[in-house]
Amino acid sequence: MRNLIAFPLIALAVILQSAVVSRMTLLSGYADLMLILLSAWALQAQVRSAWHWALVAALMVGYVTRLPWLVTAAGYFVVVFIAQLLQRRIWQAPLLAMFSVTIAGTLLMHLMSYAALVFGGSPIPLGDALGFVTLPSLLLNLLFAIPMYAFMRDLAQWVYPGEEVE
Amino acid sequence: MKDLFSRSLQTTIIFLVVGGILALALGGYFSSASNQFTGSLVGVQTWISTRVQALQDFFTAPRDIASLRARNAELQAEVSQLQAQVIDLQQRVNETEVLRALVDFSRSNPESTYRAAAVIGRDPSPFLHYVVINRGSNDGIRRGMPVVTNQGLIGRIDAVIADAARVQLITDPASSINVHLQNADAEAVLIGSVTGDVSLDMISQDVSVEPGDLILTSGLGGGYPPDLIIGQVVSIRSLDVELFQQAVVQPSVDFTRLEIVLVITNFRPVDISPLVPTTTP
Repeated sequence: MRNLIAFPLIALAVILQSAVVSRMTLLSGYADLMLILLSAWALQAQVRSAWHWALVAALMVGYVTRLPWLVTAAGYFVVVFIAQLLQRRIWQAPLLAMFSVTIAGTLLMHLMSYAALVFGGSPIPLGDALGFVTLPSLLLNLLFAIPMYAFMRDLAQWVYPGEEVE
Repeated sequence: MKDLFSRSLQTTIIFLVVGGILALALGGYFSSASNQFTGSLVGVQTWISTRVQALQDFFTAPRDIASLRARNAELQAEVSQLQAQVIDLQQRVNETEVLRALVDFSRSNPESTYRAAAVIGRDPSPFLHYVVINRGSNDGIRRGMPVVTNQGLIGRIDAVIADAARVQLITDPASSINVHLQNADAEAVLIGSVTGDVSLDMISQDVSVEPGDLILTSGLGGGYPPDLIIGQVVSIRSLDVELFQQAVVQPSVDFTRLEIVLVITNFRPVDISPLVPTTTP
Protein backbone atom coordinates (compact mmCIF):
# COMPACT_ATOMS: atom_id res chain seq x y z
CA MET A 1 0.00 0.00 0.00
CA ARG A 2 2.85 2.34 0.80
CA ASN A 3 3.99 1.90 -2.79
CA LEU A 4 1.30 4.41 -3.70
CA ILE A 5 3.79 7.03 -2.58
CA ALA A 6 5.08 6.62 -6.13
CA PHE A 7 2.32 8.81 -7.55
CA PRO A 8 2.84 11.96 -5.48
CA LEU A 9 6.60 11.48 -5.39
CA ILE A 10 6.98 11.07 -9.14
CA ALA A 11 4.57 13.93 -9.77
CA LEU A 12 6.67 16.11 -7.47
CA ALA A 13 9.82 15.01 -9.28
CA VAL A 14 8.27 15.95 -12.64
CA ILE A 15 7.28 19.37 -11.31
CA LEU A 16 10.73 19.96 -9.81
CA GLN A 17 12.38 18.78 -13.00
CA SER A 18 10.33 21.11 -15.18
CA ALA A 19 10.25 24.15 -12.92
CA VAL A 20 13.58 24.06 -11.10
CA VAL A 21 16.15 21.56 -12.35
CA SER A 22 15.67 22.52 -16.00
CA ARG A 23 16.77 26.04 -15.13
CA MET A 24 19.98 24.87 -13.45
CA THR A 25 21.98 24.44 -16.61
CA LEU A 26 25.59 23.58 -17.16
CA LEU A 27 26.37 24.65 -20.72
CA SER A 28 23.22 23.31 -22.40
CA GLY A 29 22.75 20.29 -20.18
CA TYR A 30 20.82 19.75 -16.98
CA ALA A 31 20.16 16.91 -14.60
CA ASP A 32 17.47 14.29 -15.13
CA LEU A 33 15.84 13.98 -11.73
CA MET A 34 13.53 11.16 -12.80
CA LEU A 35 16.34 9.06 -14.17
CA ILE A 36 18.31 9.38 -10.93
CA LEU A 37 15.22 8.71 -8.85
CA LEU A 38 14.42 5.52 -10.75
CA SER A 39 18.05 4.40 -10.66
CA ALA A 40 18.27 4.87 -6.91
CA TRP A 41 14.92 3.16 -6.34
CA ALA A 42 15.70 0.17 -8.52
CA LEU A 43 19.05 -0.30 -6.77
CA GLN A 44 17.41 -0.92 -3.39
CA ALA A 45 17.52 -4.63 -2.71
CA GLN A 46 14.07 -4.90 -1.12
CA VAL A 47 12.28 -2.95 -3.86
CA ARG A 48 10.04 -5.01 -6.12
CA SER A 49 8.06 -2.22 -7.73
CA ALA A 50 10.73 -0.50 -9.81
CA TRP A 51 9.07 -1.43 -13.09
CA HIS A 52 5.78 0.04 -11.93
CA TRP A 53 7.53 3.21 -10.90
CA ALA A 54 9.22 3.40 -14.29
CA LEU A 55 5.85 3.10 -15.99
CA VAL A 56 4.32 5.85 -13.86
CA ALA A 57 7.37 8.05 -14.46
CA ALA A 58 7.23 7.49 -18.21
CA LEU A 59 3.53 8.38 -18.28
CA MET A 60 4.01 11.57 -16.30
CA VAL A 61 7.17 12.76 -18.03
CA GLY A 62 5.72 11.83 -21.41
CA TYR A 63 2.83 14.15 -20.64
CA VAL A 64 5.19 17.11 -20.25
CA THR A 65 7.99 16.52 -22.70
CA ARG A 66 8.00 16.90 -26.45
CA LEU A 67 10.05 13.72 -26.78
CA PRO A 68 8.14 10.73 -28.14
CA TRP A 69 6.57 8.82 -25.28
CA LEU A 70 8.12 5.57 -26.40
CA VAL A 71 11.60 7.01 -26.04
CA THR A 72 10.90 8.15 -22.51
CA ALA A 73 9.33 4.85 -21.53
CA ALA A 74 12.04 2.75 -23.15
CA GLY A 75 14.73 4.89 -21.53
CA TYR A 76 13.31 4.48 -18.04
CA PHE A 77 12.75 0.75 -18.46
CA VAL A 78 16.34 0.35 -19.63
CA VAL A 79 17.54 2.29 -16.60
CA VAL A 80 15.59 0.03 -14.26
CA PHE A 81 16.89 -3.04 -16.07
CA ILE A 82 20.50 -1.89 -15.75
CA ALA A 83 19.99 -0.98 -12.11
CA GLN A 84 18.56 -4.35 -11.20
CA LEU A 85 21.29 -6.07 -13.16
CA LEU A 86 24.01 -4.16 -11.34
CA GLN A 87 22.29 -4.45 -8.00
CA ARG A 88 22.79 -8.20 -8.13
CA ARG A 89 26.37 -7.93 -9.43
CA ILE A 90 27.91 -5.24 -7.25
CA TRP A 91 25.57 -5.17 -4.28
CA GLN A 92 28.47 -4.70 -1.86
CA ALA A 93 29.27 -1.23 -3.23
CA PRO A 94 25.92 0.54 -3.62
CA LEU A 95 27.39 3.92 -4.45
CA LEU A 96 29.54 2.42 -7.16
CA ALA A 97 26.43 0.77 -8.53
CA MET A 98 24.56 4.08 -8.34
CA PHE A 99 27.27 5.89 -10.24
CA SER A 100 27.45 3.11 -12.82
CA VAL A 101 23.69 3.14 -13.39
CA THR A 102 23.68 6.93 -13.59
CA ILE A 103 26.44 6.97 -16.20
CA ALA A 104 25.01 4.13 -18.26
CA GLY A 105 21.44 5.39 -17.93
CA THR A 106 22.29 8.96 -18.90
CA LEU A 107 24.28 7.87 -21.93
CA LEU A 108 21.59 5.47 -23.11
CA MET A 109 18.77 7.92 -22.47
CA HIS A 110 20.55 10.66 -24.38
CA LEU A 111 21.46 8.29 -27.18
CA MET A 112 17.82 7.31 -27.58
CA SER A 113 16.67 10.93 -27.38
CA TYR A 114 19.26 11.98 -29.93
CA ALA A 115 18.33 9.19 -32.31
CA ALA A 116 14.62 9.96 -32.00
CA LEU A 117 15.13 13.65 -32.68
CA VAL A 118 17.51 13.15 -35.59
CA PHE A 119 15.20 10.62 -37.20
CA GLY A 120 12.36 13.04 -36.51
CA GLY A 121 14.06 15.70 -38.60
CA SER A 122 15.93 17.84 -36.09
CA PRO A 123 19.44 18.52 -37.38
CA ILE A 124 21.55 18.08 -34.23
CA PRO A 125 25.32 17.73 -34.66
CA LEU A 126 26.62 14.79 -32.66
CA GLY A 127 29.58 16.77 -31.34
CA ASP A 128 27.35 19.52 -29.99
CA ALA A 129 24.99 17.00 -28.44
CA LEU A 130 27.82 15.18 -26.73
CA GLY A 131 29.88 18.18 -25.63
CA PHE A 132 27.20 20.68 -24.73
CA VAL A 133 24.36 18.47 -23.55
CA THR A 134 25.28 14.91 -22.64
CA LEU A 135 28.53 15.36 -20.74
CA PRO A 136 27.32 18.36 -18.66
CA SER A 137 24.08 16.51 -17.94
CA LEU A 138 26.07 13.44 -16.90
CA LEU A 139 28.14 15.51 -14.49
CA LEU A 140 25.03 17.05 -12.93
CA ASN A 141 23.37 13.64 -12.68
CA LEU A 142 26.38 12.31 -10.81
CA LEU A 143 26.20 15.25 -8.41
CA PHE A 144 22.56 14.49 -7.67
CA ALA A 145 23.13 10.74 -7.43
CA ILE A 146 24.47 10.54 -3.87
CA PRO A 147 21.74 12.51 -2.06
CA MET A 148 19.09 10.82 -4.17
CA TYR A 149 20.44 7.38 -3.29
CA ALA A 150 20.37 8.21 0.42
CA PHE A 151 16.82 9.52 0.16
CA MET A 152 15.56 6.52 -1.78
CA ARG A 153 17.27 4.10 0.61
CA ASP A 154 15.36 5.65 3.51
CA LEU A 155 12.18 5.64 1.47
CA ALA A 156 12.65 1.96 0.61
CA GLN A 157 12.96 1.14 4.32
CA TRP A 158 9.71 2.99 4.93
CA VAL A 159 7.86 1.35 2.04
CA TYR A 160 9.17 -2.14 2.87
CA PRO A 161 9.44 -2.12 6.67
CA GLY A 162 10.90 -5.12 8.44
CA GLU A 163 12.43 -6.70 5.37
CA GLU A 164 15.99 -7.76 5.87
CA VAL A 165 18.43 -6.50 3.29
CA GLU A 166 21.23 -8.91 2.53
CA MET B 1 11.14 99.31 77.86
CA LYS B 2 14.80 98.47 78.19
CA ASP B 3 14.14 94.90 76.96
CA LEU B 4 12.24 96.21 73.97
CA PHE B 5 15.14 98.49 73.07
CA SER B 6 17.72 95.77 73.41
CA ARG B 7 15.64 93.37 71.20
CA SER B 8 15.24 96.04 68.53
CA LEU B 9 18.93 96.72 68.66
CA GLN B 10 19.67 93.00 68.45
CA THR B 11 17.34 92.61 65.46
CA THR B 12 18.83 95.62 63.78
CA ILE B 13 22.32 94.30 64.29
CA ILE B 14 21.35 90.89 62.90
CA PHE B 15 19.75 92.48 59.83
CA LEU B 16 22.81 94.66 59.35
CA VAL B 17 25.16 91.71 59.67
CA VAL B 18 23.09 89.54 57.32
CA GLY B 19 22.60 92.41 54.91
CA GLY B 20 26.30 93.11 55.02
CA ILE B 21 27.14 89.48 54.37
CA LEU B 22 24.68 89.43 51.45
CA ALA B 23 26.12 92.67 50.13
CA LEU B 24 29.62 91.28 50.38
CA ALA B 25 28.51 88.01 48.74
CA LEU B 26 26.76 89.84 45.90
CA GLY B 27 29.84 92.00 45.58
CA GLY B 28 31.92 88.87 44.98
CA TYR B 29 33.97 89.04 48.11
CA PHE B 30 32.97 85.49 49.21
CA SER B 31 33.46 83.75 45.88
CA SER B 32 36.43 81.62 46.88
CA ALA B 33 34.73 80.53 50.08
CA SER B 34 31.42 79.83 48.31
CA ASN B 35 33.21 77.93 45.57
CA GLN B 36 34.88 75.70 48.11
CA PHE B 37 31.60 75.17 49.84
CA THR B 38 29.59 74.38 46.72
CA GLY B 39 32.43 72.29 45.36
CA SER B 40 32.52 70.11 48.43
CA LEU B 41 28.73 69.95 48.39
CA VAL B 42 28.67 68.86 44.73
CA GLY B 43 31.39 66.32 45.46
CA VAL B 44 29.40 64.79 48.28
CA GLN B 45 26.24 64.78 46.20
CA THR B 46 28.05 63.17 43.28
CA TRP B 47 29.50 60.47 45.53
CA ILE B 48 26.08 59.75 47.03
CA SER B 49 24.34 59.86 43.64
CA THR B 50 26.87 57.52 42.04
CA ARG B 51 26.49 54.96 44.79
CA VAL B 52 22.74 55.20 44.70
CA GLN B 53 22.77 54.82 40.91
CA ALA B 54 25.06 51.82 41.22
CA LEU B 55 22.76 50.22 43.72
CA GLN B 56 19.76 50.97 41.55
CA ASP B 57 21.48 49.44 38.53
CA PHE B 58 22.44 46.42 40.58
CA PHE B 59 18.85 45.79 41.57
CA THR B 60 17.16 46.73 38.30
CA ALA B 61 19.68 45.44 35.70
CA PRO B 62 18.42 41.82 35.52
CA ARG B 63 14.95 43.06 34.75
CA ASP B 64 16.29 45.35 32.06
CA ILE B 65 18.30 42.58 30.35
CA ALA B 66 15.27 40.35 30.24
CA SER B 67 13.13 43.13 28.84
CA LEU B 68 15.86 44.10 26.39
CA ARG B 69 16.16 40.54 25.20
CA ALA B 70 12.44 40.35 24.72
CA ARG B 71 12.46 43.65 22.88
CA ASN B 72 15.41 42.51 20.79
CA ALA B 73 13.55 39.36 19.80
CA GLU B 74 10.51 41.43 18.89
CA LEU B 75 12.59 43.76 16.78
CA GLN B 76 14.37 40.89 15.08
CA ALA B 77 11.05 39.31 14.24
CA GLU B 78 9.86 42.63 12.92
CA VAL B 79 13.02 43.04 10.85
CA SER B 80 12.56 39.55 9.39
CA GLN B 81 8.96 40.35 8.56
CA LEU B 82 9.94 43.63 6.95
CA GLN B 83 12.71 41.96 4.97
CA ALA B 84 10.21 39.41 3.68
CA GLN B 85 7.91 42.27 2.76
CA VAL B 86 10.76 44.05 0.97
CA ILE B 87 11.54 40.91 -1.04
CA ASP B 88 7.88 40.43 -1.85
CA LEU B 89 7.49 44.04 -2.89
CA GLN B 90 10.68 43.93 -4.93
CA GLN B 91 9.35 40.88 -6.74
CA ARG B 92 6.09 42.71 -7.39
CA VAL B 93 7.98 45.71 -8.67
CA ASN B 94 9.90 43.48 -11.07
CA GLU B 95 6.69 41.84 -12.24
CA THR B 96 5.05 45.21 -12.63
CA GLU B 97 7.96 46.48 -14.70
CA VAL B 98 7.74 43.43 -16.96
CA LEU B 99 3.98 43.82 -17.26
CA ARG B 100 4.30 47.54 -17.96
CA ALA B 101 6.75 46.80 -20.75
CA LEU B 102 4.37 44.20 -22.14
CA VAL B 103 1.44 46.61 -21.93
CA ASP B 104 3.50 49.26 -23.73
CA PHE B 105 4.34 46.70 -26.37
CA SER B 106 0.72 45.68 -26.85
CA ARG B 107 -0.35 49.33 -27.07
CA SER B 108 2.28 50.04 -29.66
CA ASN B 109 1.09 47.03 -31.69
CA PRO B 110 -2.68 47.42 -31.57
CA GLU B 111 -3.26 45.27 -34.65
CA SER B 112 -2.78 42.14 -32.53
CA THR B 113 -4.64 40.92 -29.49
CA TYR B 114 -2.59 39.42 -26.71
CA ARG B 115 -2.99 37.05 -23.82
CA ALA B 116 -0.37 37.28 -21.07
CA ALA B 117 0.96 34.05 -19.59
CA ALA B 118 3.61 33.09 -17.09
CA VAL B 119 6.37 30.62 -17.92
CA ILE B 120 6.02 27.81 -15.37
CA GLY B 121 8.36 25.16 -16.67
CA ARG B 122 10.71 23.85 -19.29
CA ASP B 123 10.93 20.61 -21.19
CA PRO B 124 12.58 17.88 -19.09
CA SER B 125 14.82 16.93 -22.04
CA PRO B 126 17.89 19.15 -22.52
CA PHE B 127 17.82 18.39 -26.25
CA LEU B 128 14.61 20.36 -26.64
CA HIS B 129 13.91 24.05 -26.16
CA TYR B 130 10.31 24.23 -25.08
CA VAL B 131 8.66 26.10 -22.23
CA VAL B 132 5.34 25.53 -20.51
CA ILE B 133 2.99 28.48 -19.91
CA ASN B 134 0.02 28.69 -17.57
CA ARG B 135 -2.63 29.48 -20.19
CA GLY B 136 -4.43 26.90 -22.25
CA SER B 137 -7.46 26.25 -24.38
CA ASN B 138 -9.73 27.61 -21.62
CA ASP B 139 -8.09 30.99 -22.24
CA GLY B 140 -8.44 30.85 -26.00
CA ILE B 141 -4.95 29.59 -26.70
CA ARG B 142 -4.65 27.47 -29.83
CA ARG B 143 -1.87 25.51 -31.46
CA GLY B 144 0.33 27.58 -33.75
CA MET B 145 -0.24 30.96 -32.12
CA PRO B 146 2.93 33.08 -31.95
CA VAL B 147 4.38 33.93 -28.57
CA VAL B 148 6.29 37.17 -27.99
CA THR B 149 7.65 39.43 -25.32
CA ASN B 150 8.16 43.17 -25.55
CA GLN B 151 11.66 42.36 -26.82
CA GLY B 152 10.60 40.18 -29.70
CA LEU B 153 9.50 36.76 -30.89
CA ILE B 154 10.15 33.76 -28.67
CA GLY B 155 8.26 30.97 -30.43
CA ARG B 156 4.86 29.49 -31.02
CA ILE B 157 2.35 27.26 -29.31
CA ASP B 158 3.13 23.61 -29.92
CA ALA B 159 0.58 21.81 -27.77
CA VAL B 160 -2.37 22.90 -25.65
CA ILE B 161 -4.31 21.46 -22.76
CA ALA B 162 -7.09 23.10 -20.78
CA ASP B 163 -4.97 25.26 -18.49
CA ALA B 164 -1.48 25.10 -19.94
CA ALA B 165 0.35 25.11 -23.21
CA ARG B 166 3.77 24.13 -24.50
CA VAL B 167 5.72 26.67 -26.53
CA GLN B 168 8.39 25.75 -29.03
CA LEU B 169 11.13 28.38 -28.74
CA ILE B 170 12.87 29.73 -31.81
CA THR B 171 16.09 28.29 -30.32
CA ASP B 172 14.78 24.71 -30.59
CA PRO B 173 16.78 22.58 -33.04
CA ALA B 174 13.58 21.73 -34.93
CA SER B 175 12.53 25.37 -35.27
CA SER B 176 12.72 26.95 -38.71
CA ILE B 177 11.34 30.42 -39.41
CA ASN B 178 11.21 32.48 -42.58
CA VAL B 179 12.73 35.85 -41.82
CA HIS B 180 13.39 39.13 -43.51
CA LEU B 181 16.69 41.01 -43.23
CA GLN B 182 15.53 44.58 -42.94
CA ASN B 183 18.66 46.44 -44.03
CA ALA B 184 19.64 44.02 -46.77
CA ASP B 185 16.03 43.60 -47.87
CA ALA B 186 16.52 39.87 -48.29
CA GLU B 187 14.85 36.68 -47.17
CA ALA B 188 16.46 33.93 -45.11
CA VAL B 189 15.65 31.07 -42.78
CA LEU B 190 16.29 31.23 -39.05
CA ILE B 191 17.16 27.92 -37.44
CA GLY B 192 17.74 26.93 -33.82
CA SER B 193 20.25 24.55 -32.37
CA VAL B 194 20.69 22.20 -29.47
CA THR B 195 22.97 24.71 -27.74
CA GLY B 196 20.33 27.42 -27.86
CA ASP B 197 22.13 29.51 -30.47
CA VAL B 198 20.21 30.71 -33.50
CA SER B 199 21.60 31.27 -36.95
CA LEU B 200 20.52 32.33 -40.41
CA ASP B 201 20.73 30.09 -43.40
CA MET B 202 19.64 30.25 -47.04
CA ILE B 203 20.91 33.81 -47.51
CA SER B 204 21.55 34.34 -51.16
CA GLN B 205 25.19 34.87 -52.12
CA ASP B 206 24.43 38.11 -53.93
CA VAL B 207 22.99 39.72 -50.82
CA SER B 208 25.20 42.00 -48.75
CA VAL B 209 24.61 41.31 -45.07
CA GLU B 210 26.28 43.37 -42.39
CA PRO B 211 26.66 42.77 -38.65
CA GLY B 212 23.90 44.62 -36.84
CA ASP B 213 21.27 44.02 -39.53
CA LEU B 214 17.83 43.69 -37.99
CA ILE B 215 15.98 40.39 -38.46
CA LEU B 216 12.18 40.31 -38.62
CA THR B 217 9.70 37.59 -39.39
CA SER B 218 8.74 37.68 -43.05
CA GLY B 219 5.33 36.07 -42.76
CA LEU B 220 6.15 33.68 -45.57
CA GLY B 221 4.76 30.22 -45.05
CA GLY B 222 1.96 31.48 -42.86
CA GLY B 223 3.49 30.21 -39.63
CA TYR B 224 4.15 33.63 -38.11
CA PRO B 225 2.82 37.14 -38.67
CA PRO B 226 5.24 39.47 -40.44
CA ASP B 227 7.50 42.08 -38.85
CA LEU B 228 8.04 40.54 -35.43
CA ILE B 229 11.53 41.37 -34.18
CA ILE B 230 13.85 38.41 -33.75
CA GLY B 231 17.34 39.80 -33.34
CA GLN B 232 20.41 41.12 -35.06
CA VAL B 233 23.12 39.66 -37.23
CA VAL B 234 26.36 39.17 -35.32
CA SER B 235 28.67 37.70 -37.93
CA ILE B 236 28.44 36.32 -41.46
CA ARG B 237 29.97 33.21 -42.94
CA SER B 238 30.23 33.41 -46.68
CA LEU B 239 32.10 30.85 -48.77
CA ASP B 240 32.23 31.02 -52.55
CA VAL B 241 31.92 27.25 -52.82
CA GLU B 242 28.58 27.21 -51.00
CA LEU B 243 25.20 28.08 -52.43
CA PHE B 244 24.12 30.26 -49.54
CA GLN B 245 25.59 32.44 -46.84
CA GLN B 246 25.08 31.77 -43.16
CA ALA B 247 25.00 34.21 -40.27
CA VAL B 248 25.13 34.02 -36.50
CA VAL B 249 22.24 35.81 -34.81
CA GLN B 250 21.95 37.52 -31.45
CA PRO B 251 18.29 37.09 -30.41
CA SER B 252 16.64 40.15 -28.94
CA VAL B 253 15.09 38.01 -26.20
CA ASP B 254 17.06 36.60 -23.28
CA PHE B 255 15.73 33.05 -23.29
CA THR B 256 17.27 32.20 -19.93
CA ARG B 257 15.11 34.77 -18.16
CA LEU B 258 11.67 34.17 -19.62
CA GLU B 259 9.01 34.97 -17.02
CA ILE B 260 5.95 36.48 -18.63
CA VAL B 261 5.09 36.20 -22.31
CA LEU B 262 2.31 37.34 -24.63
CA VAL B 263 0.41 34.99 -26.89
CA ILE B 264 -0.93 36.62 -30.05
CA THR B 265 -4.43 35.21 -30.03
CA ASN B 266 -5.81 36.75 -33.21
CA PHE B 267 -3.31 35.02 -35.46
CA ARG B 268 -4.17 31.72 -37.05
CA PRO B 269 -1.30 29.92 -38.78
CA VAL B 270 -1.93 28.91 -42.36
CA ASP B 271 -1.41 25.27 -43.20
CA ILE B 272 0.24 25.31 -46.60
CA SER B 273 1.10 21.63 -46.66
CA PRO B 274 -1.66 20.82 -49.21
CA LEU B 275 -0.04 23.35 -51.55
CA VAL B 276 3.39 21.79 -51.31
CA PRO B 277 3.93 19.72 -54.45
CA THR B 278 4.51 16.05 -53.84
CA THR B 279 6.13 13.60 -56.19
CA THR B 280 3.65 11.18 -57.68
CA PRO B 281 4.72 7.89 -59.19
